[in-house]
Amino acid sequence: MFKWFGKVNFTPYTKVSAFAQHLRDGRLMGSRCTRCGATTFPPRADCHACMSGDFEFVELSGRGTLTTYTKIVAAPTGFDDLAPYIIGVVDLAEGGRALAWFGETVPEQDIEIGMSLQVVPRMFEEQEEIKVYYSLERPGTTWSKAVPPV
Amino acid sequence: MTRVGIIGLGHGVFGRRSDATVQELAFEAFREAVEDAGIDRDAIDASVIGAVPEYHKQRSVAGVVQEYLGLVPKPTWLTEVACASGSAAIRTAWMAIQSGLHEVVAVIGCQKMTELSTPEILALMGRVGEVQWESGFGTTFPGYYAMFARRHMHEFGTTREHLLDVAVKNHYYGAMNPRALFRKEITKEKAGSSEDVATPFQVYDCCANADGAACVILASEERARALSPHPVWLSGMGCATASMSVLRRPSLVGLPSAEQAGAQAYAMAGIAPRDVKVADVHDCFTIAEIMAYEDLGFCKKGEGGPFVADRQTYIGGTVAVNVDGGLKAKGHPIGATGVSMTYEIAKQLRGEAGKRQVSDADIGLTHNVGGIGQYCFVQVLTRD
Repeated sequence: MFKWFGKVNFTPYTKVSAFAQHLRDGRLMGSRCTRCGATTFPPRADCHACMSGDFEFVELSGRGTLTTYTKIVAAPTGFDDLAPYIIGVVDLAEGGRALAWFGETVPEQDIEIGMSLQVVPRMFEEQEEIKVYYSLERPGTTWSKAVPPV
Repeated sequence: MTRVGIIGLGHGVFGRRSDATVQELAFEAFREAVEDAGIDRDAIDASVIGAVPEYHKQRSVAGVVQEYLGLVPKPTWLTEVACASGSAAIRTAWMAIQSGLHEVVAVIGCQKMTELSTPEILALMGRVGEVQWESGFGTTFPGYYAMFARRHMHEFGTTREHLLDVAVKNHYYGAMNPRALFRKEITKEKAGSSEDVATPFQVYDCCANADGAACVILASEERARALSPHPVWLSGMGCATASMSVLRRPSLVGLPSAEQAGAQAYAMAGIAPRDVKVADVHDCFTIAEIMAYEDLGFCKKGEGGPFVADRQTYIGGTVAVNVDGGLKAKGHPIGATGVSMTYEIAKQLRGEAGKRQVSDADIGLTHNVGGIGQYCFVQVLTRD
């Protein structure tokens, strides 16, 4: 059900589609190659290191540090209702990177490169269909307490 | 390896060209290039078209251009690597000539962008990021480069002023280029008080979408010597890639594809970065030009900001960069841009750049980036 992922989803079909169910259930999953053990985020079905097609999902802590960020003011089609919004790139503690919006637990004036953050599973509320994503929050934030992006 | 020579140069006016179709734009550049080469159109063996198809209402643009130029039934094909499509066209034409398959090939970069609205273009361009994991968060093309800029500022102390210095320089030269979209100088104050696009970028940090076309005619070394009084040689050809996703890039303060493409081009040409007198680099955003100085070895990593602030990339400095106005002031009709760069540097090497002429310009360079650095093409151009 990868079509659940993202405010606008461009890739509803993928070999890692179960990622979205896990996200709905509050788990942020990376992938681990069952042959060589290489672990990565975002998850991928085919191992970058050894080319195996066998993988399993592994739950990540979501903890990481902010590498860079920007406030998007001129938004593309489909995102005008959210603009302006701040996106950041986080280097995850367990390896890999995530790009996401900042959530409400991190005020704009507190954002600085190198800060500790947590990638937290989220769901768009007040929508009939399931739409999940993740946001960048103060470490320790849990998904059930999270609120939609401002 | 024998060389491939540039024997014909043509360039239309870049801008909001609501007066012309894409094939009419292509014709303007093609006619000028054929006249410049002084050849008969029948002497052209094939054409290669650089364009990005999704901006056009016309599908399969190479065919309509080929027909309108009067080149049917000669072979043609399209190259697409986002904003580097024009340089990819030149590279495949160069390959076709080096292989011995063709002797004279016309390369036309052409693009009609302004049929789409700015939000539509932002959405299309934003999807040159990785759509599975990034585009769902509303990423934009300026947004990616803004994140490179923020990281560059963090690691090296590059300032907002340094970014604006790039915009001011490129508008200064764009004002002297009759083919440029923006032909007016700007002040740093004006640039720094424009609307926010993606912080730290404001409007004047960003190149403008445009319509336009450029054409170069290439020939084998033997044919180029026979046909042209002043052939310019494609002496170094570099091409490399970097990951589609910023999430898979080891560094966000430069483009690894540009470093590698540059090193390949220097090695093939047998020159060093300090030998380059004039360059056109891919300044889609102000930080992109600063990263290009560093990736190409014009200055050390992290010193690109002070390099432009010290006017080292103006005419008379260490290396003249984007003295045609760059993407910033000349405009960026994406498929045409790479061909426009080669046109400009060949003009410089022929000593025909007028008020913008760099003295003793014997070695020049082009640096054309696709997307957010997923593709990079670098050419070293020389003259006899």
